[in-house]
Amino acid sequence: MDHLDQLEAQSVFILREAYRKLKPLAMLWSLGKDSNVMVWLAKKAFLGRVPFPVMHVDTGKKFPEMYAFRDEYSKKWELDLLLGTCPPVEEMDPSLPPAARSAARKTAGLAAMIETHKLQGVIAGIRRDEQGTRAKERVFSPRGASHKWDIRNQPPEFWDQYATPHEEGMHIRVHPLLSWREIDIWRYIEREGIPLVDLYFAKNGKRYRSLGDQDITSPVESNASTLAEVIAELETTRTSERSGRAMDHESEDAFERLRVAGYL
Amino acid sequence: MTASLPSSLTSFVHQEPATPIVIVGHVDHGKSTLIGRLLHDTDNLPDGKVAQIIASSKKRGLKTEWSFLLDSLQIERDQGVTVDSTRIPFLLDKREFVIVDAPGHRQFLRNMITGAADAEAAVLVVDAAEGAREQTRRHAMLLHLIGIRHVIVLLNKVDLLAFDQAKIEAAEKSVAELLKKLDLEVALSIPASARDGDNIASRSDQMPWYKGPTLTEALAQVPLPASRADLPLRLPVQDVYRFEDKRYVAGRIERGRLRVGDTVIIGTQKTPAKIASIASWHTAPQVSAAAGQSVAVTLEPDVIPDRGDLLHKQDTPPVAASRIRTRLFWLRQEPLRVGESFHLRLATAEHAVTVAAINSVVNLDDLTEYAGEEVPAEGFAEITLAAAETILFDAFAPGTADGRGVLVDRQQRIVGGAPLLGPAAIAEGDKLIHPTGSTVTEQDRARARGHRGGVFWLTGLSGSGKSTLARTTETALFAEGVDVTVLDGDTLRAGLCKDLGFSEADRTENVRRAAEVARILRDAGQVVLVALISPLQSDRALARQILGEEFAEVFVDADLATCEQRDPKGLYAAARSGKISAFTGIDSPYEAPVRPALHLKTSAGSVESETKTLASFIKETVKLSGALKARS
Repeated sequence: MDHLDQLEAQSVFILREAYRKLKPLAMLWSLGKDSNVMVWLAKKAFLGRVPFPVMHVDTGKKFPEMYAFRDEYSKKWELDLLLGTCPPVEEMDPSLPPAARSAARKTAGLAAMIETHKLQGVIAGIRRDEQGTRAKERVFSPRGASHKWDIRNQPPEFWDQYATPHEEGMHIRVHPLLSWREIDIWRYIEREGIPLVDLYFAKNGKRYRSLGDQDITSPVESNASTLAEVIAELETTRTSERSGRAMDHESEDAFERLRVAGYL
Repeated sequence: MTASLPSSLTSFVHQEPATPIVIVGHVDHGKSTLIGRLLHDTDNLPDGKVAQIIASSKKRGLKTEWSFLLDSLQIERDQGVTVDSTRIPFLLDKREFVIVDAPGHRQFLRNMITGAADAEAAVLVVDAAEGAREQTRRHAMLLHLIGIRHVIVLLNKVDLLAFDQAKIEAAEKSVAELLKKLDLEVALSIPASARDGDNIASRSDQMPWYKGPTLTEALAQVPLPASRADLPLRLPVQDVYRFEDKRYVAGRIERGRLRVGDTVIIGTQKTPAKIASIASWHTAPQVSAAAGQSVAVTLEPDVIPDRGDLLHKQDTPPVAASRIRTRLFWLRQEPLRVGESFHLRLATAEHAVTVAAINSVVNLDDLTEYAGEEVPAEGFAEITLAAAETILFDAFAPGTADGRGVLVDRQQRIVGGAPLLGPAAIAEGDKLIHPTGSTVTEQDRARARGHRGGVFWLTGLSGSGKSTLARTTETALFAEGVDVTVLDGDTLRAGLCKDLGFSEADRTENVRRAAEVARILRDAGQVVLVALISPLQSDRALARQILGEEFAEVFVDADLATCEQRDPKGLYAAARSGKISAFTGIDSPYEAPVRPALHLKTSAGSVESETKTLASFIKETVKLSGALKARS
């Protein structure tokens, strides 16, 4: 087994644990590269099907290419797609810096979907290497009734034994990609032939390395227009993946505050 | 902007799985500093990170603090303590590592376990001037228990000893002696100064006498994990799926390999079956699979294993025992005593176990063992677990991923890690706790009665109609031949629970006893109606823990005004006039169920219609499945 085989086997194990232990369960599909890999892994785990709903929490501000991708692949992949909306930015915590405040809409939209569908498990595609606070996450991360992430009081997690919900109203965030790195994602996409929105590939000297809302995501300088070129670029790059995400950089703790409140 | 390597070349880079390395040591001996320095000196930091650390340090009036790199959470920076383990991918000459930074503070032991449990090797950081301290011993003990055998000792801060060879070697010797007591071989001992980078990625010119490797050279020598594929097959069943008329048995192979056509034995039932196929999607067809792979197989004949069943080959069975000796690291803040019950989660299996004996406890001051009555908070011990059923297992050995379980309590919290040692004989003097399992199965009982057992937990305010409904429903069900019993709050308090008052603790105990009695009756095949105010969600969660999946919460919902008006026992009047206190709904909270299995609104409906609703809900829940009926 090589590195990718090992990551795949571990993610499949995690997805099968989630499917067995958490009901109702749903997967978040942000339409980005990581969540496409996650849908793919679910199809591997469940022999060609995704046996739970896939949710897109729609901020209404994604790129048109992303909506087109969603419509095409939700059909091709036979996904049980649930769409959720987000409240307007005016309803968000005004003490947050502007981009973080805009991103907080997604937290509120997600919370509403969890409430509506009474979800016990939500599968999300975050990775440890993306951001310092995500590096502290558990594979099964319990959230109380308020959806808050209690970073100071996380349960022990070892030997593939995961937390289970033990109180009414709590849910578990499941993170099957936690150990993957950005370059693993790309190598796996190349190996498996997983489709992607073409915003990830360079046009006119720019490409998106991470995709979020149109107004708070910016492209990076790049000439990488194929998978092989993107991989080659990542092997030598020295900037971080989320450098184009405005809410990560507004203040030292803006992103941590978002995550404690339930952001992904 | 990028070097354009052809993809044929890049796909050959870094193909080995990353090697996890855990960094442990006493608080303030310099772990985080070491990692920051290591990442910097080996060119593993993204642009801008160093500038950010310098700015952060300056802002807090410190000289460059490498540990800020890891302690990227605000709360940690402000307190200067690492609160949770962090994993950082790290590349060293094409070999990938994952550095696990585990916190040194005692109360964060569970986070350290979380970080360290799957490591291949460890770097134990010891302040050369201070020597081994309490957490050094504790962490070393843990490395021993989780089976990490490749330990690199980094004697840090040797600049404080003026790089003096004699002093450094004396410190090295005392650490090596300590580790020897734990059967931990020190692979290497490296004198270093993490803050200044001496012997981290480059050789120190302050210690010409030291001829050994630098830390990066030492890491490069860490052996790759041994393959588990050549051991006897162990495939714990994770789940069984039925997709489009086909049944798939899913699980991850923990040891050995399997091939299509192999005959395997399924768990304690010892049913043989043949591997008919290895199913997959978007993967080349497979005829064999090996340890580490997550597979889905079809069996011939199409037998149905349960989650937790262990698939193995006929001639290489695992150990079968119901009393098991195990090492233990205990994560709870209260001590552990003989007689406590838990669930032992072992791979995908879950067994009810009781602590039958505490064989020895580790004294963390000198690492000796003593005979103790209890395992102290966050202590280490060897204990014996007794189960009601036979457990199939392999003793834990370093380099294998199974053979070690975790203990979970009633609230499903993981409270301990237990690498299994082997079967235990019943010794004289052991407290003989050995729950016996019945040979009459649940199915036998259900078939004889014509229905399954079940517990229906009626919660609601005093006066909402719980007892009334429970009794009318009891009558209705009994008339239809259902074996039914009511456990009523007042009845329980008159006898079994007459020692209990109405404090929160007593109410919880009341709920616990009711749930335990209901469990016994349910397991005997009865339908049990529990009528108990049980105002707190946490108490009902406790009942759910005791009763498991067969627990149905029924919310008997009448508004307070209606209940107060009904006041069948005159209790509301007494509470209002202050004659009784802590009365639910008046001066004590009632937490309504969030997702009851059945919600009965009794303010409006009639007793007849509510009885009908409840009775038919119960009959639907406990009716026999088609298969059971056909066989009866």
